[in-house]
This record gives sequence, C-alpha cells and structure tokens, in this order.
Amino acid sequence: MGFLDTFLLKDLITGLLTTFRQQDPKEIVTEQYPTVKPKVSERYRGAPRLNVDPETGESMCIGCNLCALACPEDLIKVGAERNPETKKKEMTSFTYDATRCMFCGLCSEACASGALELSQDFEMAGYTREEAMLDREKLEQGPRPTSYEH
Amino acid sequence: MTQLAETAFLDSQELVLNMGPQHPSTHGVLRVVLKLDGERILGADCVIGYLHRGIEKIAENRTYIQFVPYADRLDYVAAVGNGLGYCLTVETLCNIEVPPRAQALRVVLTELNRIASHLVWLGTHALDIGAISPVFYTLREREEILNIFEEFCGARLTTHAIRIGGFPYDAYDQMKEDVLGFCGRFVKRIDEYERLLTSNRIWISRLRGVGILKADDCKRYGVTGPMLRAAGVKWDLRKAMPYSGYDQYDFDIPIGTNADTYDRYLVRMQEMRQSVRILRQAITNLPDGPVLAKFPKVLKAPVGEVYVSTEAAKGELGFYLVSDGSTKPYRLRVRPPSFINLGALDRMVRDTLIADVVAVIGTMDIVLGEVDR
Repeated sequence: MGFLDTFLLKDLITGLLTTFRQQDPKEIVTEQYPTVKPKVSERYRGAPRLNVDPETGESMCIGCNLCALACPEDLIKVGAERNPETKKKEMTSFTYDATRCMFCGLCSEACASGALELSQDFEMAGYTREEAMLDREKLEQGPRPTSYEH
Repeated sequence: MTQLAETAFLDSQELVLNMGPQHPSTHGVLRVVLKLDGERILGADCVIGYLHRGIEKIAENRTYIQFVPYADRLDYVAAVGNGLGYCLTVETLCNIEVPPRAQALRVVLTELNRIASHLVWLGTHALDIGAISPVFYTLREREEILNIFEEFCGARLTTHAIRIGGFPYDAYDQMKEDVLGFCGRFVKRIDEYERLLTSNRIWISRLRGVGILKADDCKRYGVTGPMLRAAGVKWDLRKAMPYSGYDQYDFDIPIGTNADTYDRYLVRMQEMRQSVRILRQAITNLPDGPVLAKFPKVLKAPVGEVYVSTEAAKGELGFYLVSDGSTKPYRLRVRPPSFINLGALDRMVRDTLIADVVAVIGTMDIVLGEVDR
C-alpha cells in the first residue's frame, strides 16, 4: 500500500483534485478594490461625522461633552458656550483626533442628540498627520469618497 | 597522501542563532535564541516584549466600560473571546445578570471566533510546514465569519462586540440564516482541509512525534487549551466551569493520545466541528428578550477582587480584577494562554531540529499581542 501510494503519487493527486475543484468562476472571492468598492454593513464604524439638521442647517450637537467623556483615548475636544439670547449651550468648536481613534464606537453610543456618528466611509488615508485632525468643518462635511483613475 | 590537519574539523561547536523577531514563521515579533549543535537544538530562549503596550497599566487609567476595546487587542485573532472574558469578570464583580438572549448570542459570536482563530492557525501552520494551498481556503472561510461580525457589530477584527451587561444592539435580521448557512458550508470545507492534510505523507512525517509535551509536563508548565487536550487530558472550561450558558449545549471535548504536533492538529480540527455543533444549537434556540442588562451608566464596582477564566481559542484566558470602589480598576492582571503555553517551548524543541522549531511554534498557536500585552 505504502509503495503503491508513493508510486502513484496519491497525495499529489488528491491535492491537485482539491485545487481543481476550486476553479469554478462562482468560487472566486477576490475583491477588485479599488476598482470595485466593497459595500460595508449598515452598522459599520468608519470615519466620524457630525450630523447637521437637514431642515435648519444647524449642527445637531448640543455641546454636552458626553462623547469626550466616553472616549477611552480622550481624543475628542468639545468647546461650548452658553448663548445669552436663548440661554442654551451651543457647540463652538469640535476636534476629533483620528490618528489615535480605534473606532470603538463608544462616543457615538454616548451621544445624546444623535449628532456624532461613525459613518460607513472607510477610506481615511492621508499624507500628513494634520489631515487626520478633524475639525468641525471636516466632520460636518461627512465622507469624502476617494476617486481613483483607472 | 597528506594527513588531514588536526583542526576542529569534525568537532561540533555550540552556535547561538537568533530566530526572529522578523522571521515569518514566528507568527509575529517573537525572538527565539537557539543554541545549536549543527542542526540539533540544545536549548531555546524566548525573548518577548516587542509588542508590549502595557495593557494592564492602561486598564488602571480607564473606566471599566472604556477598557473593553483594549481587551480585544490582546489576542486580536480571537477578539470576541477576549472581550467576553473581560466583560464576564466585571459582571461577576458588579453582580450584573446578563439576559439569556445576550448569553446565547455571546456563545454564537465566541464560537464563530474560535473557528476563525483555528482557521488562521491552520492556514499559517500549514504554510510554515510547506503546504501552501490551505491558507487560501481557510482565509476564504474566515472572511465569511468576519462578514457576519461586520454585519453584527460594525467591525471585523477588533470587534468591540461584547459590552458589559450584554450587547448594545440585537442580532441583525439575516443573522440566523447567515450563521446556519456558514455552518452547512463549513463542515464540507473541514472535510476538504482534512483531505489535503490528514493523510498527506509529508504532513504526517513533519508532524508526527514532533514537539511532544506529555500531560505531566503540560500540568507542570500550566499549559492549557488544545495543547493540554492533545495530551489526553479532558479539560475544557466550557464543561468544567460553565459560563455564559455553555452547560445548555451538547458537545464533546476532543482529546488526543500522543501529545505531539499531529495530535494537536487533529484536536483542533475536531474542535472546529464541535464549535459548529454548538453554533447550530445556539442560533436555532435563540431566546427572546432584551440583550442588555440594566446597570448604572457610570459603573462603580464594589470593593473586592475577582478572578474569572474562560476557555478562549488558545486556552484558559483569565482576568484578575481588584477594585477599590471607584469607576476604574485598581489593578487588572491578565492570564493569557499564549504566554504561558510559550513557556514550554524550550522543553518541546530540545533535541529536535531547527525545522521542527517552526512546526512547534506553529502548533502552539501563539499570538504575540497576547504574549506581550
């Protein structure tokens, strides 16, 4: 038996048969990124975004600082001032240091007003560290999809 | 005929060789200092710490809730299992009762992650030995699991899926179909891997009788997990000290007899089949109800200490937590399975050949994120 196996290259043939069984075009699982962009799930935790009320155009952030307190890396800095007319706290500045972010999602879960959200944008690569320091303007702008020439 | 000069021509000299930290088959940044007599190994010293991030110290400066994502970064190949271990520890300390639905979902996710971890082990281990094709197939199946994770919690590798008290979100609509579909396909895939490897003569001759660690030695070194079970010890914390409702599921503990690398391969293959069995039971009998227990948002643990261990993919993963009554742990100590299993490396490779070191490191299934912490 052992000799016959050696002589007839049994292991080689079993291996190659398995390989050939995978040649079905339906079995191809390679993703053609970046030509074809993958569809990420609904709950995906990607680039942060500060939501703006579509009706009034004002930020939904109420400057409560809960996200900054929830963040394990302490990378969110919220500036807020009390508006003397309406007596309400208003967010004046918002910085999000994405270089240190691990996308755990604790900030968006803590957000009381639904303003801070981790979006489905996953293309966050940049050339400098400064690009990853997201300020209010960048956060409200939302995903900036990268386009590739091909 | 001139006589050969009386040099040390045939004398052997002890040679010290550094293997790693960049060596591809040390599975990360492990450096092994090998003392060699030709090809024969006289001793092996592990130099670790290249991936040290001070996770235990980080825990002292984070609240109980904030530390959960860091726990995922211990054994990043089986992140859900780590999160489960840490959350169970905090829940035990704070007396938080996790709802049954969350417990069953935790079992589903950790078993999926156990399969994913074993798939990475199988692919890389076979790659180290010289069988290249299994790694493509195992990573393809792992991708399916990662897609389920992504749909469930929004991340693929360091998932942060399990939270203290349960889950922040319920299962997604298609989850049952996805998991059952995966189970159905995956059983056939395991048969395929076994066809490629189990009776392959090169595979057998490279693994059988290599890196033997008998049951007595396993106990002496504190080795746990599949390595201990391959030595014939029927010890699995899921059966011995059931947590998260593991006592409700019907599954076996696969054990080996020879305590060598080949038996550890067989045990892990059987473990994947058992995981599929648990998955099928858990996902079909998912109880209804909430998925998050009620507890104060600012979690203050009572003064005390607790040690909880779980059966992670690599062995016994324990968390020892000391609380001084504040919102942050006073001290957190992790008992990582990889680190303690790695301690037996010297014992396992002594008097074998250099090529066997690769096989032994592969069979230990270490993850350096967990070894160095």
